[in-house]
Amino acid sequence: MFEVRIHSRGGQGGVTAARLLALAAVRDGKYATACPFYGAERRGAPVVSFVRIDDRAIRVSSQIRRPDLVVVLDPSVMDVVDVLQGIKPSGRVLLNAREPRDMAGHPVFTVDLTGIALRERLEVAGSPILNTPVLGALAKMGIITMESAKSAITEMFSDPRNVSAAEAAYRELVA
Amino acid sequence: MLTVATGNKAVAAAVKEAAPAVVAAYPITPQTEIVEQIAEYVAAKELKSQYIPVESEHSAMAACIGASVTGARTFTATSSHGLHYMHEMVNWAAGARLPIVMANVNRALGPGWNIWAEHTDAFQERDTGWLQVYVGSVQEAYDAVLMAFCIAEDERVLLPVMVNLDGFLLSHTMQPFDVTPVGDFIPPLHLPHAIDPANPGGYGTLTGPDNYFALRWDIERSMRDAVSVIRETQERFFQRFGRRYDMVEEYRCEDADVVVVAVGTLGREAEVAVDLLREEGVRAGSMRIRWLRPFPRLDLSGRDVVVIDRDYSFGFGGILARSIAATTGVNPTSVIAGLGGQEVTYEDIAGFVRDREPGKETWFGVTNDV
Repeated sequence: MFEVRIHSRGGQGGVTAARLLALAAVRDGKYATACPFYGAERRGAPVVSFVRIDDRAIRVSSQIRRPDLVVVLDPSVMDVVDVLQGIKPSGRVLLNAREPRDMAGHPVFTVDLTGIALRERLEVAGSPILNTPVLGALAKMGIITMESAKSAITEMFSDPRNVSAAEAAYRELVA
Repeated sequence: MLTVATGNKAVAAAVKEAAPAVVAAYPITPQTEIVEQIAEYVAAKELKSQYIPVESEHSAMAACIGASVTGARTFTATSSHGLHYMHEMVNWAAGARLPIVMANVNRALGPGWNIWAEHTDAFQERDTGWLQVYVGSVQEAYDAVLMAFCIAEDERVLLPVMVNLDGFLLSHTMQPFDVTPVGDFIPPLHLPHAIDPANPGGYGTLTGPDNYFALRWDIERSMRDAVSVIRETQERFFQRFGRRYDMVEEYRCEDADVVVVAVGTLGREAEVAVDLLREEGVRAGSMRIRWLRPFPRLDLSGRDVVVIDRDYSFGFGGILARSIAATTGVNPTSVIAGLGGQEVTYEDIAGFVRDREPGKETWFGVTNDV
């Protein structure tokens, strides 16, 4: 079982990112679950959501404690949250950032999702949309196939800029 | 068609397939998404139900009763405090023999104010004459709602059915599920005692001491008959859609020395604990109780039994553990865990099994400091 924890802020679309990732994994023929951690969250507060991917039905409902992958959609949460908490020794990190940074020796993958969203004019109420471009980065990392990423995006969103942003993230991901 | 959605959306999708004539709706976390999604179906004319946004849960059930008594198929959804606010009408629905289907998203009762999963809300309604089923996955939530209409409306039953799903752990967790249209799987509703303006008669009048008990017995007789109706419906569902369900989902129980019994998502998590224990050489199995009413007969003789209760009856014990002790004669280890959404992992459950002590009750997380 492959376990992912997504860090973002309330309103940034972390829950939708989790659903898109799960849907893409299902389109790859796998089983997946996605769930947010529901607390007293509000817009702008740090939030996490979880995705599990496996070849067989997933029977675990408890929270992910030892993620294989940590996705940081908003790097500013790292000032207040230890995003590496519990990460497996072999665990990878996907950062939405312009420049790579050291994450306690874990393999770090960097892509400027915010820049891509702004470039594609992919915004809702003035905020860049990060949850569709991040699928391209996840496809490049081999978590899902790009074909399924595109299929999940088009099932949930009609605006073609979502797919072109995901393709840009696929091209621009830096390992 | 396989999609990925929350348990709430799956319940709404199943209601759309069942196409009730009337849906009464009052929002409450974590159920709200169910009635919101149904409202969207109705607004988009994908569902031709009369949608009644009532002013309280008591009125939601009253509206369902009023509609059901005319022979109309009805649905509502609630949770926790909402369920208890409608408690009087919950009793009425069963007493009037109305096949109402209700989804209840299991949530703890306050105070302390808490919106997370617990089964005490629905367990407190166990003596009302409603059938109760508890699901363990999003697919199962969808399937259970479809079957609930068939079972409630069967003339051998004619009792309301409550479909329970764990707050957040299922209501807000997204899983793949198959939304194959059900076609004619749910037969049209024929309510033999439906009111008819062309044939006026008394209804719900005073029932004296000479007759009341007979009506109560008739509820119990139907509750007993419901066991075979549930089995038939689940078998018919399997033949048609290929997904098999039982009163109790047994996992690796054939040669088990110790059996974990639980309800809802904890029952699924327990299966992973069983795998873990088997790797350690412990012959463990699990039983996930789906139907709490009618209560299933469990074959637990000669085994150690560990019962996990995500509920409690103060001054008595874990409701599931005490029910199992009373109906099987076994002396289970009773673990109270998961109250108010308390995190319980499969590793924790494996620990409950390793530390078992027949007859002992343990509250997970409670120490000398708590």
